[in-house]
This record gives sequence, structure tokens and C-alpha cells, in this order.
Amino acid sequence: MAETSTPSRPFRWHIVVFLAPAVLVYTLVMILPLFGTLQLSLFRTVENAQSFVGLDNFRTLFGDPRWAATFWNALWNNTWFFIIHMLVQNPIGVVLAALLSSPRLRFSAFYRTAIFIPTILSFVIVGFAWKLILSPLWGVAPNLMDLVGLKSLFTPWLGKEEYALTTLGLISVWQFVGIPMMLIYAALLSIPDEVIEAAEMDGITGMSQFWKIKLPLILPSIGIISILTFVGNFNAFDLIYSAQGALAGPNYATDILGTFLYRTFFGFQLQVGDRNMGAAIASMMFFIILAGVCLYLFTIQTRLRRYQY
Amino acid sequence: MSQARSSLPRTIGAHAILIAYTVIALFPVLVIVINAFKSRNAIFRQPLMPPTPETFDLVGFRTVLTQGDFLLYFQNSLIVTVVSLFLVLLFGAMAAFALSEYRFKGNSLMGLYLALGIMIPIRLGTVAILQLMVASGLVNTLTALVLVYTAQGLPLAVFILSEFMKQVSDDLKNAGRIDGLSEYTIFFRLVLPLVRPAMATVAVFTMIPIWNDLWFPLILAPSEATKTVTLGAQIFIGQYVTNWNAVLAALSLAIVPVLILYLIFSRQLIRGITAGAVK
Repeated sequence: MAETSTPSRPFRWHIVVFLAPAVLVYTLVMILPLFGTLQLSLFRTVENAQSFVGLDNFRTLFGDPRWAATFWNALWNNTWFFIIHMLVQNPIGVVLAALLSSPRLRFSAFYRTAIFIPTILSFVIVGFAWKLILSPLWGVAPNLMDLVGLKSLFTPWLGKEEYALTTLGLISVWQFVGIPMMLIYAALLSIPDEVIEAAEMDGITGMSQFWKIKLPLILPSIGIISILTFVGNFNAFDLIYSAQGALAGPNYATDILGTFLYRTFFGFQLQVGDRNMGAAIASMMFFIILAGVCLYLFTIQTRLRRYQY
Repeated sequence: MSQARSSLPRTIGAHAILIAYTVIALFPVLVIVINAFKSRNAIFRQPLMPPTPETFDLVGFRTVLTQGDFLLYFQNSLIVTVVSLFLVLLFGAMAAFALSEYRFKGNSLMGLYLALGIMIPIRLGTVAILQLMVASGLVNTLTALVLVYTAQGLPLAVFILSEFMKQVSDDLKNAGRIDGLSEYTIFFRLVLPLVRPAMATVAVFTMIPIWNDLWFPLILAPSEATKTVTLGAQIFIGQYVTNWNAVLAALSLAIVPVLILYLIFSRQLIRGITAGAVK
């Protein structure tokens, strides 16, 4: 494209035309509202008018014992939700992908398609379906556990404070395990045969081949999956809302930042909705996600070694 | 070589684990769907049995179709999804073409700006989005949802499509230029048909979250006339919690359309994921 640098060329309007619709919609509906929300968190409604209060909303959020308790509870629950995903979802995803990618495995397309099905279902379906299955009224779960002689271990998990959040985390894992599976599967397929053959020449096969050759090569993919999981988890709302309602029962045991934001912004039952406090919580979520993404980009990703084949 | 790679016990082990996980993945869906076709007594007595002629009952579906306006919800979801999808693909492809084809000042900055939305979820702007929609009178319209979903889908679409557009041969485009085609014709006639597989991949990735979203319909368009299927099912099930037939039927009705779409597009989806990661 040598001619692009000639100074006499007329202004290239078509570039503007190509870019304008996307940039306009994206800026108006996404970027401006994001900053608008950050800005709203610095205001408060006083006598029906917005007045600037600086960081007062954040001071309330962290200083007022009631707000602070709810916020830290939601943040901790959210962190636990994320930990469950990292410890359960991603290892299962890696194992499934490793099995699927073994050469000449029959029916692998069928397994892939089937295991990915929960991922395409909406949270509403997933939340209610599991609520029914785990319900002591219906008895599907206790009956199944009876088959393997574990009936005594059954309790209404979603209704107990100590188990509810973990149960929901595992339901979410059940739903989304398809995503790490697919991404890792793709990464494993892209490892060239020569690398594997060279390993076999050196007598590295089976499990040790996976640990010593394949795992280091797919670490960048695992990094991307971790950050996607992080953003998705700290932005979650739908599953908790469909399974436990906006109050994130029992006794706020499953309250995460998304449900906390929803309740604060719109109000629920006796609590009146508060736009500015809602914006403050959304801003906190923004900073948490931003911090996580930056941490990943600047410390973890730069240390991951990438191999070019 | 094949000796080293696959031995019989290992293959059996792999199949055993994969079958076990497939059962875990499909079992809940199956339980819901088979019980939707049974009478209330049978649902509780033998929840794990498929419907037999004695226990077959469509009462749940009748309740859903007479009590909830699911046809309307379905239509709303369809309109919102199709229109947003069209806009995401059109605008996304146009922007991706501009970014990958032309060199201009601020090109990579623009690319970075558009990619920001991949990492920062649009939900965090909800408070101001609602204000914007109230101010422009778009609350409780499908337009509001279309706008939000278009903005939400664009970043990933631009990102994926510009990767693919870089692979379209320059010679082809320059041949078009020599033949006197305008830049618009080159884009619509030459480049778009060539990136069709990538478009299909983006379409699947964009479509699923839009169809399944609960947050924005709940906040921007909760009125009866603009409810989407996901929101409609959520509210319907909330009202009929004790009517198990109706709840199971509503869940099945919500599962089936997505499932059909997925089975049609699954090859495209898988091909897209694998092609994207190879790069």
C-alpha cells in the first residue's frame, strides 16, 4: 500500500463511513454509560436534584456498618464463587479436553457436542432445573443418592446457608465447563505433530507427555480462560437471581456483587432503590474487574512463555 | 508410533470418563424434558421414568400456552436477537474491514478502544444506560434492548472479524480496485463473501448470550408487551412454582429452541473456536 502515504490523496471518507456506525453505537451505549455510572457514583439526590458529594457514597459503602457488612459479604461470596470455578471448572475442562484430543478417539464430536449443551442454556433454565432436581419435595436427587447408598448425605443444599453458595458455584461449573474444554481442546489440537513425535522418540508418552510437553504449551490458553472466568464471575447475576431470588437467600448466603447491585439500584421489598449507591457499587465492580484484568495483562501474561511452532 | 499413542485400556478409560461426564451434562436436561410430558402423579412417583401411554399428559403445556403469552415473548426474543445480530455483524464487519484494510492515524488506538469492551462488561454501565433510555423515551421498547445488545456484541465481533479479514488476499482487492470497483463494492462483494465462515462463528457467539440474557430485559423492558422468552419464563415459573406440570413444560419450551439452533450451528461453533485458537 505505497499510495497511502502520498500526501496529495483526498480524504478517505470511506474509512469514516466504515467505522462510524460501530464506533457511534459502542461509544453511546457502552463507553459513555460506563463513565456516566462512574460519575453518578459521586453524586447524591438531595431534594430531587443531583448534587456533587465527592466520595461520600463510597464512604457510606465502607463506613456504614450495614452497607459495609453487605458489601464485604457479597465480595467474599463472589471470591469464593470464583475460587470454585478455578478449582473445579478449569481442571475438569482440561481433563476433558485432553481426553477428547487423544488421536483416533471415536465419537469425539458427539462428546464435544453433548458436553457443550449446558453452556448454551439460559441461567433461568439452569437455575430452575437444578432447583427442581435438588428439591427434597421431588426427590430426584435423594433417589439417585439412594441408588449408591448415600441417601443419608442428602440435605436440601440450596436451602442451607453453609452449602447454598458452593452448590450454586458447582451448578455454574456444570453449566460452563464447556468453555474451558473447547478452548483447551483447540489449543491442544494446534500443537504440531512433530513436537509430539519428538517427545515419543525420547520415550515420553502418556501422562508424563501431558505434564511435560502439552501442559506447558497450553498455559497461555489456561491464562486466558482464567481471566475470562474472573470477568464472568464478578459480573454474574442471573443464576443466583433465578435460583434464589434478588434476596440471594438463605439469609444473603449467596449474595454476590451482581445481586447486591440489583437490590441497591432497584430496591427490593422494603428497601428503596438508590441510583447513586447502585452506581457506587457498579464502580467498585468496575475497579475490581479492571484490577484483575490489569494484574493478568501486566504480571501473569508477560511471564507466560509462548512457543511458536 | 500408534502403539505408543493409544493402548486399549487407556482408550476404554477415556471413553468411560467421557461417557460419565456426558451423562452428568445431559441428565438434568433430560429429567426436565421427560417429566414435562407426564401427569402430576407420575412426575412425583417415578421421576426418572420416560412417559408411558398411561402417564403421558400434556396438561403442563396447555397451562403454559393458555396462561402465559409465550408466543409473544418468543416473537420479542426473535426480533431482538435477529435485529441485534444483523447490526452486530454489519457494523462489526465494516469496522473490522476499516481497521484491517486501511492504514490511518490512530488505527491501532481505535482497535484497542473497540477491544476494551471484551474485558469490561456492559452491565456495569446499567445505571447510566437506564437513565439514557429513560431520557430518550426508549424504556420498555425492543429498540432499547437491540441497542444494548449491539453495543455488547460489537467488541468481540470486530476483534474476531478483523483477524480473519487480514487473511483475505490483497491481490484480490487490488485487482478489484484496478477494475474500478469502489471501496464499498470491494467490501460487500469481494471481502464479505470470503469471511462468511467467520461471520457464522461470530453470529453463534453473539446470539447465545443475547437470547439467554435476563439482566437487561428485566431492567430495560419488563413490560408485558416487550418481555423476552427468558424473562417471561422466569416470571411465569415464579408465579406457578407449585404447578410442577406448568413449570416443567415452560422449562422444556425454553430449552427446545436454543437446543435446535445449537444442533444446527454446533459444527460452525466448534470449527470457529478451533480456528480462532490455532492462530
